[in-house]
Amino acid sequence: MLLRHTPKEIRERSALTINPAKTCQPIGAMYAALGIHGCLPHSHGSQGCCAYHRSTLTRHYKEPVMAATSSFTEGSSVFGGQANLVQAIDNIFTIYEPEVIAVHTTCLSETIGDDIPQITRKAEADGKIPKGKYVIHANTPSYVGSHVTGFSNMTKAMVDYFAVSTGKKEDCINIVPGYVEPADMEEIKRIAGELGVRTILFPDTSNVLNRPQTGKFEMFPRGGVTVESLVKTGDSKATIALGHLASGPAARALDTKCKVPCEILDLPIGLSATDRFVDVLRKLAGVHVPDSINLERGQLLDVIADMHQYFYGKKVALVGDPDQLISLTEFLVSIDMMPIYVVTGTPGKKFESRINEITKDVPHEVKVRAEGDMFLLHQWIKNEPVDLMIGNTYLKYISRDEDIPFVRFGFPILDRIGHSYFPTVGYRGGLRLLEKILDALLDRQDRDSSEEGFELVM
Amino acid sequence: MSSICDEKINFEDVCDRIDPEELKKEILEKYPTKVARKRAKQIVVNRIATCNEVQEIGANVRTIPGIITQRGCTYAGCKGVIMGPTRDIVNITHGPIGCGFYSWLTRRNQTKPPTENDENFMTYCFSTDMQDKDIVFGGEKKLRAAIQEAYDLFKPKAISIFSTCPVGLIGDDVHSVARDMKEKLGINIFAFSCEGYKGVSQSAGHHIANNGIFTHVVGLDDTVKEGKYKINLLGEYNIGGDAFEIDRILKKCGITLISTFSGNSSYDQFANAHTADLNTIMCHRSINYVAEMMEEKFGIPWIKINFIGSEATAKSLRKIAQYFQDQELIDRVEEVIAEEMPEILKVRGEVRPRCEGKTAMLFVGGSRAHHYQELFKEIGMKTISAGYEFAHRDDYEGREVIPTIKVDADSRNIEELEITQDPDRYRPRKSSEELERLKAEGFKFKDYDGMMREMDSETLVIDDISQYETEKLIEVFKPAIFCAGIKEKYAVQKHGIPLKQLHSYDYGGPYAGFKGAINFYREIDRMVNSKVWSYLKAPWQKSPELSAKYACD
Repeated sequence: MLLRHTPKEIRERSALTINPAKTCQPIGAMYAALGIHGCLPHSHGSQGCCAYHRSTLTRHYKEPVMAATSSFTEGSSVFGGQANLVQAIDNIFTIYEPEVIAVHTTCLSETIGDDIPQITRKAEADGKIPKGKYVIHANTPSYVGSHVTGFSNMTKAMVDYFAVSTGKKEDCINIVPGYVEPADMEEIKRIAGELGVRTILFPDTSNVLNRPQTGKFEMFPRGGVTVESLVKTGDSKATIALGHLASGPAARALDTKCKVPCEILDLPIGLSATDRFVDVLRKLAGVHVPDSINLERGQLLDVIADMHQYFYGKKVALVGDPDQLISLTEFLVSIDMMPIYVVTGTPGKKFESRINEITKDVPHEVKVRAEGDMFLLHQWIKNEPVDLMIGNTYLKYISRDEDIPFVRFGFPILDRIGHSYFPTVGYRGGLRLLEKILDALLDRQDRDSSEEGFELVM
Repeated sequence: MSSICDEKINFEDVCDRIDPEELKKEILEKYPTKVARKRAKQIVVNRIATCNEVQEIGANVRTIPGIITQRGCTYAGCKGVIMGPTRDIVNITHGPIGCGFYSWLTRRNQTKPPTENDENFMTYCFSTDMQDKDIVFGGEKKLRAAIQEAYDLFKPKAISIFSTCPVGLIGDDVHSVARDMKEKLGINIFAFSCEGYKGVSQSAGHHIANNGIFTHVVGLDDTVKEGKYKINLLGEYNIGGDAFEIDRILKKCGITLISTFSGNSSYDQFANAHTADLNTIMCHRSINYVAEMMEEKFGIPWIKINFIGSEATAKSLRKIAQYFQDQELIDRVEEVIAEEMPEILKVRGEVRPRCEGKTAMLFVGGSRAHHYQELFKEIGMKTISAGYEFAHRDDYEGREVIPTIKVDADSRNIEELEITQDPDRYRPRKSSEELERLKAEGFKFKDYDGMMREMDSETLVIDDISQYETEKLIEVFKPAIFCAGIKEKYAVQKHGIPLKQLHSYDYGGPYAGFKGAINFYREIDRMVNSKVWSYLKAPWQKSPELSAKYACD
């Protein structure tokens, strides 16, 4: 037993987090920044943060993740990090020549109170920022929120720094895709394309973190939203923000700054959430939904109908990020599964009420926790096991100890591939999720069945 | 233009073609003046054959901001590297959630508790998950409560606390909290001031962790264990099961491993480590001071050994046997080597023709950039450039330079322990006559030649390599394989050059000892001869002119 010390008896803890279901803001900010074309993320603090964030993102995407750091030593922690950041900006533009440096803070630079805009102005005054190049920033103290908050803050910074309203509206819809995989961003663009809608998607990590092997490394690959497009977001007709936590703030900032109205939707994971996304997109853009999309929808629905017996009544434990879990829970409920434990490490009470609302008709007690951890989830499972678990790689320990089928979903996935190539959003993404769930459940049935009950056709 | 993999490059060609001094100049030209001046000291053209002298290298100096370093921080060195592999201590990270999260199971330190019921906390991540109110009002109260909760849940024999950056800034006194809770709970509780900003790399964290273990644990258990030849293995972290393989070999020779610092280790092993009769050091950088302190306090001599490479393993075993000066052991070691070697030579013979003459580069932390050169040599591959992520000058230039190393402000922040002879436990392991006799036979105690003496002339030795320099080296040298870590892996591979991770072994291993050598030979053969790199260009990209002709016709 790998988690042999986890007791069945649950005691409330007030101070000790065990096996967290979240990580810190800067990694989310780094991921979002990689979704700007020609951008080098920069971590303002000691260099360990940057090393950890790059390592974790690299292990998840299995792609190069470039980022620089201010490399604080004790001196900079006492006297402030201005000299380090100014020097870093100079070095980065001289050596690596990015279009944009996206600075995010760490708990260290936040605690000493470094003022990034002031330091950037100093760098500009010193001539360290070449003409036509940009330095943007987001405050991402690690002791507030989680990696989702960091993603959200950096995405909002894109609006704060770049969006401009010229007063002339363009026939274009902004989409903020949320903290999702490069494949998901690609899929969201594809769906909009099928509807014939012009969009600006930001951030956009497709073609950045799922790049082809060509024999040539490019530090700034073809993908990512361009600065030019970010500027134009201020002239778009409307913004669709996918995921309240990760995308809401950027969309609202655009509304405030450039009067671009926004619709904040759930991530389009599963049938109903995708329906709502397509419907809102259709209405905002004034277009018809083409047959190709109806076909995809019908295929997803068909599989749900065909395989319903295997989903029905199955108890599921979920762990992950709020935006994902809300849509995923809704999807599972819609196919008559029973998500009975739902845990996120990210704080926010709204999450619990939202899940409670989605699961109110589930014929079973549903336990939900924001600011929870995987130790608690494991204890719940010990008290009443589930048929399936869905979450990030760290669940594999519980899965092995308790012998429960497990589908990898969310962040980080360190031990499997596919997530950066195959989307889980949209109808096609729903189909893939169902395939993974069925594989896990049917493999289990095959493994556990008696010889006489072993089925050829399922 | 042909792709990198199409060109068959061997070492001699590379040396004929490339003037390393010119390349160094070219690299430095891109940098702002001040940066170039600093990097010039950290990039050295090895001149060992021509003048038999080791050049001075700039090492263990501050990282240049913005340069894209691969270095980690002090917390990572302390919690992740040194304390991480010990299975039965509850390691609580005091700070916001990130640091604890990232150091959770990511280093592949394997561990094997004796039974299912024995403690193993390595699969757990413990953190105080500090929130903004803890930063404003101080986190000591929360830390105290967290220790209590950990104790109530797990009843461990020891708990350790790790300070992260903000904890140092707001001034939480983690050591007094540890002292109080130790008294209250009656188990060993100790803390590390290993804030990420201390020192210039993870090396500072190794030092802090080792000092802590030495102060709080080593020497607590005086039980003298059975065993004729008792040694400790220092600086071995059991990545991919290395320590298991080394332990297998030692057992086969009849040598008893009292403790490993820190792979597959336990609290009790540390407590009992001072009863060993010899300390053997694998990674010099991460732990040489522990060996020094144990010699000073308990009288245990130390030697540098290396279990990476079959020849190196045989040499190290012979050295250990020579130390004990017992014919029975000397004979047994020869028997074991004779038993193990045929299989190794067989595999080497298969692999060598496919690898001979190919080139490698190694930029890895601590000793790995040095030790792995032995393994490459065994299959006929040459290392044309290497460097460390967090080494000090002695790791490059050998221990003789230690007295000339200037201690700067960043190093001064790391505590040096004052060590004196333990009145009860100090016991010289050899008489002075025995020591003299051994030395006369050419036996070297407390010695380490460093990396540069063993590297060829005209090779480039680079400390704390930047991403830009990595790119340059690859562009110019087109090595057959590049060894580094996860952060470099995919960028290098996008060039069409395989990267072997030598921190995590790409989730393979073990590579230490005899079985490890076999694993490594096969792995490198697989990587440098993989077909994948030959497919980089599609047929129509290789000869586009054909289609042009067709269109003209």
